[in-house]
Amino acid sequence: MGLLDKQFSDGNIVIANVEDLLNWARLSSVWQLGFGLACCAIEMMATSMSHYDFDRFGVIPRNTPRQADAIIISGTVTLKMATRIKRLYEQMPDPKYIISMGSCANCGGPYWEHGYHVLKGIDRVIPVDVYVPGCPPRPEALLEGLMKLQEKIRTESLRKKLA
Amino acid sequence: MTAEEIFNLLKEKFTDSILGFDKDTPTEPIISVDPLQIHIVSKFLRDEENLKFDSLMCLSGVDDANGEKIKHEDGSEFIKGGTLSVYYNLHSVSLKHKVTLKVSTPREEPKVESVENIWKTADWHEREAFDLLGIVFLNHPDLRRILMPYDWNDFTEEISRYPLRKDYKNPEFYQGMKVPY
Repeated sequence: MGLLDKQFSDGNIVIANVEDLLNWARLSSVWQLGFGLACCAIEMMATSMSHYDFDRFGVIPRNTPRQADAIIISGTVTLKMATRIKRLYEQMPDPKYIISMGSCANCGGPYWEHGYHVLKGIDRVIPVDVYVPGCPPRPEALLEGLMKLQEKIRTESLRKKLA
Repeated sequence: MTAEEIFNLLKEKFTDSILGFDKDTPTEPIISVDPLQIHIVSKFLRDEENLKFDSLMCLSGVDDANGEKIKHEDGSEFIKGGTLSVYYNLHSVSLKHKVTLKVSTPREEPKVESVENIWKTADWHEREAFDLLGIVFLNHPDLRRILMPYDWNDFTEEISRYPLRKDYKNPEFYQGMKVPY
């Protein structure tokens, strides 16, 4: 796991790798862009509320892309919206992460054939780190997705961006 | 007033602008009106003392797909001729009666007079019918697309412009994004 497994030498000193320290800091405060699209957004909001409490993982909605670390694509992405999402993504500072939540964002979902206006998967526009299946996924599934993302951040290297 | 009484009243007043009356529909009787006279008829329906249709409940565009179907070599179909229609569902809040109007307009040049200055509801509804079916509403103050992107016209194939037409064909790409699955 990292930090606290290392020994405490003196009273106030923790010894750790720089990589571990940075990764631990990053994964413990994933600020998500306050952004919702469709019914998945309702589940995402439920995840943020006290019952599921996204905040205990350090996830806080941040209403500006300039200070957000992650974006959860929660819902159906129309072609018109896709151009906007791309812009939001480009405005986020590195390192940035993307969780694709629900069937619509993953692959078009129920609109895969006759949805003339739907982008069939957000990964056609921006690179996705974690896909959360479901229609819509339960808050537990989104939490699982977030923990997968944290797992990914934990193994990141300074020299090469993995996630 | 029943739909039949309203039809007789309109027929008496406007004669040639009222094209027909269909009462054997599964839902409600429908009065057909000339698309270039609909604003005059509508104004009468709203202002007449014993009609008072003060509410346009809905305005919907429909592709009747009653033209000649022409098959392309790649299997896709193309409809030539026939009509597009607009339905108006009216309700009088004070007199508690309803009526449905219909106008049909040729598919190749669909033009209907706007009723936006009679019922404000019609503004966005007409924009929607224009956006998805390409029905042009004459004298509408702001006839722009309302749902689809503004540049949805920029495809080489004309058939890809109006998505709710029955012979609509999805474009391959929109702004570099692949559209089909």
